[in-house]
Amino acid sequence: MLRIENLTAEIDGKEILKGINLEVPDGEVHAIMGPNGAGKSTLSYALSGREGYEITGGSVSLNGVDLLEMEPEERAAAGLFLAFQYPVELPGVGNANFLRTALNAIRRTRGEPEVDAMQFLKLARARMKDLSMPEDMLKRGVNVGFSGGEKKRNEVLQMALLQPKIAVLDETDSGLDIDALKIVADGVNAMRGPTFSALVITHYQRLLNHIVPDRVHVLADGRIVTSGGPELAHRLEAEGYAGILDEAA
Amino acid sequence: MPAVEETLDTVRDATQGAYKWGFETEIEMEFAPKGLNESIVRFISAKKNEPQWLLDWRLRAFEAWKGMEEPRWPAVTYPPIDYQDAYYYAAPKEKVGPKSLDEVDPELLKTYAKLGIPLKEQAILAGVEGAGDSPADGRLPVAVDAVFDSVSVATTYKGRLEKDGIIFCAISEAVHKYPELVRKYLGTVVPHTDNFFAALNSAVFTDGSFVYIPKGVRCPMELSTYFRINAKSTGQFERTLIVADEGSTVSYLEGCTAPQRDENQLHAAVVELVAMDDASIKYSTVQNWYPGDENGVGGIYNFVTKRAACRGKRSKVSWTQVETGSAITWKYPSCILQGEESVGEFYSVAITNNHQQADTGTKMIHLGKNTRSTIVSKGISAGQGQNTYRGLVRISPKATNARNFTQCDSLLIGDLCGAHTVPYIENRCMTAKTEHEATTSRIAEDQLFYCRQRGLSQEDAVGLIVNGFCREVLKELPMEFAVEAQKLLQISLEGSVG
Repeated sequence: MLRIENLTAEIDGKEILKGINLEVPDGEVHAIMGPNGAGKSTLSYALSGREGYEITGGSVSLNGVDLLEMEPEERAAAGLFLAFQYPVELPGVGNANFLRTALNAIRRTRGEPEVDAMQFLKLARARMKDLSMPEDMLKRGVNVGFSGGEKKRNEVLQMALLQPKIAVLDETDSGLDIDALKIVADGVNAMRGPTFSALVITHYQRLLNHIVPDRVHVLADGRIVTSGGPELAHRLEAEGYAGILDEAA
Repeated sequence: MPAVEETLDTVRDATQGAYKWGFETEIEMEFAPKGLNESIVRFISAKKNEPQWLLDWRLRAFEAWKGMEEPRWPAVTYPPIDYQDAYYYAAPKEKVGPKSLDEVDPELLKTYAKLGIPLKEQAILAGVEGAGDSPADGRLPVAVDAVFDSVSVATTYKGRLEKDGIIFCAISEAVHKYPELVRKYLGTVVPHTDNFFAALNSAVFTDGSFVYIPKGVRCPMELSTYFRINAKSTGQFERTLIVADEGSTVSYLEGCTAPQRDENQLHAAVVELVAMDDASIKYSTVQNWYPGDENGVGGIYNFVTKRAACRGKRSKVSWTQVETGSAITWKYPSCILQGEESVGEFYSVAITNNHQQADTGTKMIHLGKNTRSTIVSKGISAGQGQNTYRGLVRISPKATNARNFTQCDSLLIGDLCGAHTVPYIENRCMTAKTEHEATTSRIAEDQLFYCRQRGLSQEDAVGLIVNGFCREVLKELPMEFAVEAQKLLQISLEGSVG
């Protein structure tokens, strides 16, 4: 269970999150929708501990463990995964090497045995097949020269390998064509189960046709203004944010 | 690929940011009196029981040196060096050139074991006696010449190599056993008057390695020399000469460490390579002399002259260096591309952290037709380190269709360090082509955060990104060295971020 209570955060002294309250129980997928500038990306960075995103109040816990006291890598080991809106390129760092280093760093922290190169390749190949990723993507530099779709699939591959307890997907649908969108959604759906939960941040409803959320929350001006079932996303798509925001106000 | 992972493990176990090789071996040493004059030169020569021609050559070098001045053009600063306040000869008290490892002082063997250099493995011992061909555990064999302060203490696998006619021994031994070869090539690539430090080395060099690969022979294993400065107030002046005869191939590795001391010690080596027709020499260095502490106290002054003569047609010399140590590095491994279609390569990673200064690069001198050279330099500056790439590509009028490609990349970590690039290109040939690419970058915050979000610690993330930055160079290193180099990169940068 991810529990966010009255979370406030600022960037460069400007308050962006103005008191977020949210609970994502194990096994559920929640969507966060909202207009530009609502604080969606800020929420994902505040949860993962990025420098420059200063938490000014409130609390965040994962299965009762306080995340805010932790370094970013400790949060990752605790089971928080962030699929980046703009995955970062690491020139010269082989994708396979990066993935295995990350996997073993997390396994080490969890007290699990590390995987050797052969075990890793077996694992990675199976997951890549699910995501229709060509095998040479393991050999290339991390995200270097990847198309938009390849980058997003690479994020989902990492998620599948690292087996987080909660995944925050920050506009994973942006820049994806419909086929890629479906592959990515399938990747997320394959993870669904009693010990996995996800927070899907998106601008549009179309991703939610493929990843059907248990709950939908609307984020506006740093607050969650309304929540509902999957039908809320359809309403947003049909009516736009304006009407719903007025109603909430 | 898995190497990085293992590296990170090893590093995690290592003490934070400490120079692991800083210990001192307690061993009885024999010193020449402090200071430098003609009688010291004669003393060294006499100690080595050298022939007259070599003594004369040393004395000519010493005469020349007296009239020379230290180069002032490198972008490094250091207090004046008192050349009279150092020992020019220090040797473990033992007869020079033990016949087998059994005669080597156990303290010395322990030192090399501590450094991870296997001199006394049973299989290798067998090799010394001419029996076994490879280590028992199935690793690829590496023949090692271990130089401790001024003398070579042991060379392994000699027997195995002799079967192919390969000579790999201490240069002091070669002077006696193969005088005609040494005399024919010594000083022909780096003359005794070449520069201040080369002249000093020529006058007082004490040992080093000699390699000769006969015609058509492909050296069956990596040759390696491990240099260790141990004694206090002592300079190390080794001299290495490698000759690859027609159609031969050799890969040679050089490693170096020194104890941690508050004083600065001088290391002025000379390396000469000669490649004849169709010969190929690959020379790799992992330089890890003591860099000084985080306040810039102590550390080795590393003033080294390395040069290769590609004399033969289609000959090839490839320099790969990973420079992580030394307070000051002054070093330009170069190629004189004389033979037609000869090839020179220079792959370099230089790291400066804390107060380290490096002024390093290469010279590619194109004399022959259709000669080609490639330069890939990766400079990493952290702390208050200063890193300068200085390179010369010179193409003579006769070097028709010569080609050069140069790539210089600098990576900055923190905001107190500096990166400088000083490339010279002198092209006197209309048909020649030169290319120069250069970049300067920082480790971006988003790269670090991305790695950390995936579970990597800040230091591991820096190590991974830096290793990625250096990949084009590291992949040129022989496998075992590559692992060591990756470890070193990470250790050298510890504490540089955050």
